[in-house]
Amino acid sequence: MSSNGNLLQLKLRVWRQKGPDDAGKLVEYQLDDVSPDMSFLEMLDHLNAKLILEGQEPIAFEHDCREGICGACGAVVNGMSHGQEKGTTLCQLHMRKFRNGETITIEPFRASAFPIIKDLVVDRSAFDQIIRAGGYISVNTGNAPDANAIPIGKDKADLAFDAATCIGCGACVAACPNASAMLFLSAKVSQFALLPQGRPEAARRVKSMVAMHDELGFGSCTNHGECSTACPKEISLANIARLNREFAKSLISV
Amino acid sequence: MLDSKIPAGPLTEKWDKHRMNIKLVNPANKRKFTILVVGTGLAGASASASLAELGYNVITLTYHDTPRRAHSIAAQGGINAAKNYPNDGDTIWRLFYDTIKGGDFRAREANVYRLAQVSNNIIDQCVAQGVPFARDYGGLLANRSFGGALVSRTFYARGQTGQQLLLGAYSAMMRQVALGKVKLMTRREMLDVVIHNGRARGVIARNMLNGQIEPYTADAVVLATGGYGNVYFLSTNAKACNVSAAYRAHKKGAFFANPCYVQIHPTCLPVHGDIQSKLTLMSESLRNDGRVWVPKNKGDKRPPAEIPEADRDYYLERKYPSFGNLVPRDVASRNAKYVCDEGRGVGETGLAVYLDFADAIQRDGEETIRAKYGNLFHMYEKITGENPYRVPMKIFPAVHYTMGGLWVDYNLMTTVPGLYALGECNFSDHGANRLGASALMQGLADGYFVIPYTIGDYLATAWGDLRKHDVTPETAEFKDAVKDATDKTEKLLALNGERTVDSIHRELGMLMWDKCGMSRTKEGLEEAAAKIPQIREEFWRNAKVPGRGAELNQELEKAGRVADFLEFAELIVQDALHREESCGGHFREEYQTPEGEALRNDEEFAYVAAWEYNGVGEAATLHKEELKFENVELTQRSYK
Repeated sequence: MSSNGNLLQLKLRVWRQKGPDDAGKLVEYQLDDVSPDMSFLEMLDHLNAKLILEGQEPIAFEHDCREGICGACGAVVNGMSHGQEKGTTLCQLHMRKFRNGETITIEPFRASAFPIIKDLVVDRSAFDQIIRAGGYISVNTGNAPDANAIPIGKDKADLAFDAATCIGCGACVAACPNASAMLFLSAKVSQFALLPQGRPEAARRVKSMVAMHDELGFGSCTNHGECSTACPKEISLANIARLNREFAKSLISV
Repeated sequence: MLDSKIPAGPLTEKWDKHRMNIKLVNPANKRKFTILVVGTGLAGASASASLAELGYNVITLTYHDTPRRAHSIAAQGGINAAKNYPNDGDTIWRLFYDTIKGGDFRAREANVYRLAQVSNNIIDQCVAQGVPFARDYGGLLANRSFGGALVSRTFYARGQTGQQLLLGAYSAMMRQVALGKVKLMTRREMLDVVIHNGRARGVIARNMLNGQIEPYTADAVVLATGGYGNVYFLSTNAKACNVSAAYRAHKKGAFFANPCYVQIHPTCLPVHGDIQSKLTLMSESLRNDGRVWVPKNKGDKRPPAEIPEADRDYYLERKYPSFGNLVPRDVASRNAKYVCDEGRGVGETGLAVYLDFADAIQRDGEETIRAKYGNLFHMYEKITGENPYRVPMKIFPAVHYTMGGLWVDYNLMTTVPGLYALGECNFSDHGANRLGASALMQGLADGYFVIPYTIGDYLATAWGDLRKHDVTPETAEFKDAVKDATDKTEKLLALNGERTVDSIHRELGMLMWDKCGMSRTKEGLEEAAAKIPQIREEFWRNAKVPGRGAELNQELEKAGRVADFLEFAELIVQDALHREESCGGHFREEYQTPEGEALRNDEEFAYVAAWEYNGVGEAATLHKEELKFENVELTQRSYK
């Protein structure tokens, strides 16, 4: 790999918050031996190992697959969800993208619908609530016709796939000035709206999911587009346009 | 003693006959039963949804913040099914045969045949749920050949098939949550199985937000808690993957089968330093065009471009002229190890081999290679900072999947009545080696199409007894289990030594990788068997677990899992020592053909080794389930 022994010296400003009711604050840490080959999360592991051995509490952060697909990780790094690299989750961001001597500010994904649990860990269960409100096709196990019974044009299938790649990380909500979850919601609505299997319930689905979205305290979309820029899977804003069309249609359908 | 409950009759009719003979639960009575499902990967989510659809009350636990994080999400390649849409000669029989042979004849015929039978239903189900599989321009489903199969039977959704299938199962489950039939409990880590009057009647779990130890009562318990690859510390598994649920069930009487069958995947990114936290898999499709090589001479540190052809060793092409770079996973992995052991490995650590696309780029052009592998090359560059169009990739094998697991009978029930194991958590379908695109198939087969039938048979039969011996959280066994779990948590929190939990886990992992990894010997395994108890002792003496129990405490979670790995590792080594043959993922250097291939001993070892727990540090007791091959002929693999 590319490392050549040039270790980075970094100043980290990390959001520390003991629990949901604690006020929380940014705490500074100096880290002088960061390998450029470390992932951002490995850098945090490294800091945590030091904190533990010094008798301090390690920084709580969520992570799991560390290959950009589970959606567990995420933080606002220098003001950007998942950091400044486009199309990259925090676990795939590597320290070679930072300069020696740089100060890095690390904060949780903030939104009123994502209450902070501890340090960088937030509660994103509101996303499950949105899915629960209609993010599915009602088909019981065993009810399905042959998989090739309904042909689906490749272009539509590809668009549905692009929408379906959302990993549910919440970066879009954290990036949105209104803390709206419209990109997340529209990705699911689009996936099913584009597929014939999803059409029978399309009107009910979109109405119910939008109502749940609003009820949970997410803001409205006012077309800033920050969500799509921050999205590690680069989900397109076109999905929000499709959501709006589906929603309008649902109001006139019987 | 071990009754696998394989139905009588011809192989092709067993499952149909069985379904005809098993007892059904009256639809009106289903709502009187509660089934507890632990885990929300493909197996757990599909089981939760399907059981709830039937009318059972389901309680589903996951240690994640949402069910959609389960590690099934990371599967890349695809899912097999015997649809034969490409008209290239596939049949249920062929899928069955390939799976049995790929497993090096160490799986149960009846289970594997059933798996092949229901494979087609899985694809139908997923498409109906809106899973966006790849399609051709005509609008029909696309297939590809995968992992050296001679037919194109793999359905895929770009390189994210696991994600799409999991989101399908997750949404089916969320629909049942909305209908009130699944009670979903997130951020709950199972700590124990509770057995009352000889039957599994619930679990104990820790609420990971406030540390409460909670009892959950039920009429049956389904474990879908994945594999144990993280015993090696570095693996392609997600960080939280662990053996604890399965191992604690094992301690409560469930036999553990074939733990030494571990799959090591040849094309992963190499280790880059001692802080590395996990390994990343690169799809093995790369071997279709990449050529694997190392320098001919030990210690040749020239950059790859400066090493002339004459000084390169394309060792797979040299040793296996007919299969070349496409030899099966275990063969490719083992040979990478050998050349690195010889001191010919490349990169800073010497633990990597080149995967070189220069010839393919010259032959087909960079654009063609980009179209085929663009996303993989992009991922490689993101992680390593090197451009694989210009410099050869560096790859090394990594632990990827565990074929061993809790022993289950044909109904997927463990040796504890009422306790089931699905997906990677059980041992049943992959023998000693799993074929590519078969893990997703098995997880969904178990959850959608097997457990909904077989659990009904149990509940219908046990109904009277379950009601007669009903349980509540106040039942003695539940109270005892809560107390045990509380005590254990306190013991972990009292650890105030000088090492992090990770550093001890890493030490265990390196030992396992060296002595019980790709290539094993009696001496090495005995050495590991002697060292594991020392590392375990070090953990309980010198680990440090910060923080409190009554809050989110990720180090405490980790410590509990590592404590189990430190016991479970001994079982893997015991199994590997006892199996004096080589098969699939288990390669004992003493048992190989003159060409260096795995040499099975069918006379003595054509059985499932199911281990019974006897105590920490005590040797487990071996129970054998003979494998009877009535439909296939056992052959020796050769890739020359």
